[in-house]
Amino acid sequence: METILVLAHTENDGSLAKSAREAMHSAAALHQSLAGSQLVVGLIGDHVQAAANSIAASPATKYFGVTGTDFTQARYASDAAAAESIFKAAQATIVVAPATSRWARVLPGVAQRLGGRADTHVTGVAVTDGKISVSRWYYRQRMEGALTRTQRPWLIGIDPGSQPACACGAGTAAVEMVAVALPDTARRTTVTGLREPKADAQTIRPDAQLLFVTGAGWTKKQADGQTHVPEAEKLILGFLKAARASLGSSKSLVDLGGEGQAVLPFLSHLNQIGQTGATPRHAKGLSTCCHGEEPHTVGWRFINERRAISLDPNCGWARGKADVLYVADAFAVVTKVNELLAAA
Amino acid sequence: MTTAYQIVVCGSIVPDPLQTLEPVAAPTGPALKNEMMLPAVLDPWAGHALFEAANLAKNNPGSKVWLVALGPKAKLQQVMMTVAQKVPFELVALDGSASGFTDATETATALAEAIAAIPGLDKSKLLVFGGWESASRGAGATMQIVGERLGIVDQFQGVDQLTVNADGSLEILERIEGGKHQVSRCAGAPALLGWATGNLPEPKNNPQVGMVNMRTVMPALQKAKPTKLAGEGLSFAGVALPKQLRETKIVKDQSPDAIAQEIVAWIKK
Repeated sequence: METILVLAHTENDGSLAKSAREAMHSAAALHQSLAGSQLVVGLIGDHVQAAANSIAASPATKYFGVTGTDFTQARYASDAAAAESIFKAAQATIVVAPATSRWARVLPGVAQRLGGRADTHVTGVAVTDGKISVSRWYYRQRMEGALTRTQRPWLIGIDPGSQPACACGAGTAAVEMVAVALPDTARRTTVTGLREPKADAQTIRPDAQLLFVTGAGWTKKQADGQTHVPEAEKLILGFLKAARASLGSSKSLVDLGGEGQAVLPFLSHLNQIGQTGATPRHAKGLSTCCHGEEPHTVGWRFINERRAISLDPNCGWARGKADVLYVADAFAVVTKVNELLAAA
Repeated sequence: MTTAYQIVVCGSIVPDPLQTLEPVAAPTGPALKNEMMLPAVLDPWAGHALFEAANLAKNNPGSKVWLVALGPKAKLQQVMMTVAQKVPFELVALDGSASGFTDATETATALAEAIAAIPGLDKSKLLVFGGWESASRGAGATMQIVGERLGIVDQFQGVDQLTVNADGSLEILERIEGGKHQVSRCAGAPALLGWATGNLPEPKNNPQVGMVNMRTVMPALQKAKPTKLAGEGLSFAGVALPKQLRETKIVKDQSPDAIAQEIVAWIKK
């Protein structure tokens, strides 16, 4: 009989992030498919009661918590110790957690500590003939595999955005607090803060509906034989602001910036999508001036509705990959789009 | 205060990202079609880790860099011909599969044992580097397990910057959600860092560095320990390429105004 533990951490305001509710959804579905299984929840944070209450109507039968200032910061040593302690208190065999940066940092190490195995970036969990299997992508999202394991505990990190969020209702949950004695060696690291662009300069917005993908074509010579980089910068930033979109970029465009050229200075490797970048999940994606076949196109593998603007009607980035390809000059189209969005 | 670090970089080879990859069913599980024929490169994020390690060693006299690589010996040798010209390091080679379908725990166990066996390793000076994810399995799991096996609990993933402070402490920037970096201060070695892109460009080939490196690379390859990754307890139901091919509607000969109106309507839908 499997005991399924959902591990989650609270946000700064004590709430649960959407990614935690997505993991909860996967775990609840697993619980429903496994006869005789038990579902429990483990929460880590400064305070966890409010978070537990927010999902109290879930099928979970027990709630465990590790609290205190040591567990507010996303630090390997303390997070691993907390997860290990909750796991032992819950006597779990399966652990499901959102693959946030915080959990992705510790899950494999915790699995090693517990003598189990971890699978990360999981995009699907299923039960067939009583056997649990998980799906995940290999070779940078170029092929998808389904696998199963005999080892327990099995720690499963669910990729944020890959599952619906659970609609667990609120109520009052009885949280059993788990004491964790942190040795001094677990306090050698201190999280001192966050570094991020100013709010109006932040171009990466994971919660945005739309991903705007910019390719190297923005920096190439245009019909008049000249480059128009300042104009491209103004148009792209204007679009991001008006459409409240997130910005992704091809590797070639980001690399130009990294080589010290005066090219779209707001781009960094954090914007890079594709083979050696991110594969973000958004409802819609609009690519502009992008080119290339696989593997470059894996950057928008997880974008549902895709449209592209390119001067090349045979563009491998768009043909067979996008729903609509506009054969047009992106400078002209985005100028008009920005005008329309500003007027709306 | 400068510290002479012992920097061990874990990194292996992956198929050249520009190659067409196709999964096939092999007797031992999934594999890539013509895997041994595919040109290979050093795993990109592991490469960044190696270049950062070399830079750190250069700025901290007395430091030394090892590259611990698990892969098919013949392919490792090919890739080392190029990598060895980039930065100075000593190779520790393990002869085994570099497939993305191997188990992270088994790979990590082999790497950790190889690191622990490095003569003269001083844990108080040890920094273990690697890519935060590979371009093959892409699990982001191997480094954490290596760290656990070596007893290192100061671990960082998605690292873009490491600064050694005057007091010997380490300031580390890790990628987190939303285009942000988390800033941490660690008391010092030992620590494990899974690197993302970092800040350094790929070094130019330097034949002199290559000649020095090759003196140790070839013997290391010759004595590479055969490493079997059995995939115990792990079975694949299947691996497939995505089948989805979209019916792309090509819109030609429309004015920018008309296209813009259509796009705005779609965005707002």
